[in-house]
Amino acid sequence: MVSLNQLVAVCLLYVAGLFAVAFLAERAAMRGQARWLLRSPLVYTLSLSIYCTAWTFYGAVGYAARSGLEYVTIYLGPSLVMIGWWWVLRRLVRVGRSQRVTSVADLISARYGKSNTLAFVVTCMAVVGVTPYIALQLQSVVLSLAIFATPDAALSGQASGPFNSAKAAFWVAAGLAVFTVLFGTRNLNVNERHPGVVIAVAVEAVVKLIALLAVGAFVVWGLAGGVAETLERIDASAIGTWEVAGGRWVTLTLLAAVAFLCLPRMFQVMVVENDDERHLQTASWAFPLYLMLMSLFVVPIAVVGLNLLPEGSNPDLFVLSLPLSQGQNGLAMLAFLGGFSSATSMVIVATLALSTMVSNHIVMPIWLARGRESATQSGDVRHVVILSRRLSILLIMTLGYAYYRISGGGALAAIGTISFGGVAQFLPAMMGGLFWRGATRTGALCGLGVGFALWVFTMLLPSFGVDAALSAQTFEQGLLGLGWLRPQALFGITGLDPTVHAVVWSLTLNAGVFVAVSLFTFPSPIERLQGAQFVNVLDHADPGRGWAASAAGTEDLMIMAQRILGAEEARRFFLSEARAQGQQGGLPEPTPRFVQGLERELAAAVGAATAHAMVGQIVGGASVSVQDLLAVADESAQMLEYSSQLEAKSREISQTAAQLRRANEKLTQLSAQKDAFLSQISHELRTPMTSIRSFSEILRDARGMKAADKSRYASIIHGETIRLTRLLDDLLDLSVLENGQVTLNLREGRLGDVLDQALTTSLAGAARPLDVARDPQAEGILLHTDLDRLAQVFINLISNAQKYCTAENPRLDISVRVVAGEVQIDFIDNGSGIPADEREVIFEKFFRIKGVEGEGAGLGLSICREIMHRLGGNITYMAHGTGAGFRVSVPTDQQPQEGADSLARSAAS
Amino acid sequence: MAQTPLFLERRSYRRRRLMDAVRFLPFLVLALWMVPLLWSLPGEARTEDAVPMSTALRYVFGIWVLMVAAGWALWARTRTPVSDDKQTP
Repeated sequence: MVSLNQLVAVCLLYVAGLFAVAFLAERAAMRGQARWLLRSPLVYTLSLSIYCTAWTFYGAVGYAARSGLEYVTIYLGPSLVMIGWWWVLRRLVRVGRSQRVTSVADLISARYGKSNTLAFVVTCMAVVGVTPYIALQLQSVVLSLAIFATPDAALSGQASGPFNSAKAAFWVAAGLAVFTVLFGTRNLNVNERHPGVVIAVAVEAVVKLIALLAVGAFVVWGLAGGVAETLERIDASAIGTWEVAGGRWVTLTLLAAVAFLCLPRMFQVMVVENDDERHLQTASWAFPLYLMLMSLFVVPIAVVGLNLLPEGSNPDLFVLSLPLSQGQNGLAMLAFLGGFSSATSMVIVATLALSTMVSNHIVMPIWLARGRESATQSGDVRHVVILSRRLSILLIMTLGYAYYRISGGGALAAIGTISFGGVAQFLPAMMGGLFWRGATRTGALCGLGVGFALWVFTMLLPSFGVDAALSAQTFEQGLLGLGWLRPQALFGITGLDPTVHAVVWSLTLNAGVFVAVSLFTFPSPIERLQGAQFVNVLDHADPGRGWAASAAGTEDLMIMAQRILGAEEARRFFLSEARAQGQQGGLPEPTPRFVQGLERELAAAVGAATAHAMVGQIVGGASVSVQDLLAVADESAQMLEYSSQLEAKSREISQTAAQLRRANEKLTQLSAQKDAFLSQISHELRTPMTSIRSFSEILRDARGMKAADKSRYASIIHGETIRLTRLLDDLLDLSVLENGQVTLNLREGRLGDVLDQALTTSLAGAARPLDVARDPQAEGILLHTDLDRLAQVFINLISNAQKYCTAENPRLDISVRVVAGEVQIDFIDNGSGIPADEREVIFEKFFRIKGVEGEGAGLGLSICREIMHRLGGNITYMAHGTGAGFRVSVPTDQQPQEGADSLARSAAS
Repeated sequence: MAQTPLFLERRSYRRRRLMDAVRFLPFLVLALWMVPLLWSLPGEARTEDAVPMSTALRYVFGIWVLMVAAGWALWARTRTPVSDDKQTP
């Protein structure tokens, strides 16, 4: 048998070891060493295990022995929350990090306009809700000590004999208080993080897991004889069938999930001590694994304990008493250390979290309110904050101890559930704050108030027993004799399980009142600002604007910051801010952004509400107005507008650039065409000029020339000048047509008459005969157009056929058709036609088909095309079997082209 | 203004669907863990209908193990770059 002294010695050694670990971790963190361990996801996951308190370690077995598998709900809820990290925890951690939140109370107060009233209320509720839980841990340590001190008495469930439990509890509480003070309040700020505490908690997490697994393995393989035998024993035991009522199964799972989110100590390790959001992702599967292992052997231990231990043994202590009764002292010692670890780690973190809340939201505001000008005074206030933290730790520990002495303790699980029910009341305000911008401060206050009152009335007070806090009469007939106010049958609905009843009513009414009041109240500007930042925390990392342009002196802010952050820290912060503002040295300008950043920095040390109040004292007056909020919204709207305008403009510019590029290409082309045209014209003019000059020189210089020669040379000169004149006429004609300066002489006339005239003109004096086939019936169409110009086109086409048709018996078919509002006149000869590759270019100026002799300058078809365009028609080359074919289209019922008409008129006027 | 594209290449697509699985997993597990609500209680049914404790244990813990395994598998595939998922709603 282990003596109590041995046990105490081992215990002290263990605690000394924890102190050493915490000290080393703290020192390493200070020097920036061992980050791989201190900031690892493993340590983060293990630190979450403070969820598993002595209630888990000892109480779960007792719970299982009493109610079967119901105990597992306490772990299912948190497992679900963790595996669903993406939905809630991710958001919570992001908000916690971006707002430098220090506790649950701070989170809720920051969300609802940094209201200190709200923080105060939440703090009080948390203290009331968690104190029984701390008492529970003290009780479990004392009970487990007692079982070693007086094994027989404890095993038979009697009160301890020589062992003074009050004294033991006092020393345990004192020891824990010292540890928490030492490592929890060493320094201020750096985001309320405590590497020493976290690493100690992680070590304890490993110890309690190993201890429970060891006991479990001993029970399954040592006592029961294997897995199959254990399962047989389980089925044969008193808890051998599934007997959990559906309502309790759902409610307790929900309650555990909610408490996991709302418990101050869970918030501390999960959000405040979080270093990296990715750790959350790792913990999402690793922590459920831990919980699963912690609860794996609970039922076997309970069943074997019920089998082997004498009737009436306290099932809450089976984990210890089973190894003890089998003479396994080493294992019992390990189990004791496991239970001790569970209890101490929970008490340390819970006390730390609560003391932060008490100090930031109760002590500091009172201290601030007492000295009005205090925020602007010089002198370090950090010692005040730290002192208030330490006092708060002592106060909370004292409260826990007092509760333990007064209540005397009940079943562990019952106290745990009650505590869960209390903190679960934070849920509506918290979730509403994270997901709903419409949640207001008044709504949160009302909801919290209603939920808390109902929890006290239906869960906390009845737990003390009938006639202890509430009289039997109240239980029977309701508060003040009102039948619908019975603590376990509200509104006359009876038959519900008391826990289900309390949880469902308090949470439902809490949420209902919260939503209803929020719907009907109007939030203050700063609430709306904070609300937007909380709800949209995942969308933008911008800290937003909290202060209107302030008249604050930077010196005053500097003095205040020094007092809270410390001289060195404050100087560094101001310097980096000054640099961010682009200043080389000196103090930064008190811009809203700077003041906001400073407030956030202070909030990490003293909480959002206090920091806001302190900055408010210096900056003065309301920090932000509705107009400012609207201005912020306007700014972002303008930014959006501006960016979309930029986008449209850039699109426009690229389009214009493309157009310009195209225009440039066209211009280059045109310039090349113009050059080609000029060289063509020079060439065309030069040839007749050369022969004119030669022959005139002969006429001038040759003596005794015959009259016949003389007249021949003169007629050559004459012919060349006629050719020149015609060329110039054609050019002039073309230029007039191209510039649209032509005057159209519109008349009515028969197509046949025009063709007659054209044929007569072009065939007059022709060297070769041309056989022309016509269709006189079709030619009776009346046309309203410039008949002379049309005739000019026909003449050109007919004389071309006459000149260039290479057939033996040249023949020209002229056919006329009316198609869709236009007259098509086709001129088809039986010559060799035009080669395919040249059809594209025959209408270009100066184009002449290669290898064909002729006297034309190559302007005829160009002129024809220009004329037809002016007349609103067209001339095209037809790919025809053999021979060349041209189609002239003339509109019948419409006026010539609009543009040409107006141009004609302007040219005429 | 950087706009998220409407369609993604194969890798990003696969990643998005894995994140969908991460979001969906808790609901699946919740549904499975609420199955015991359908089991009969000793009071209200014949004794042979009662679910033995060993079965209940196997069921609840089996789901637990599967959940951890699924969570681990999803974590192993989605952990590397967290950057683009921060923006996805």
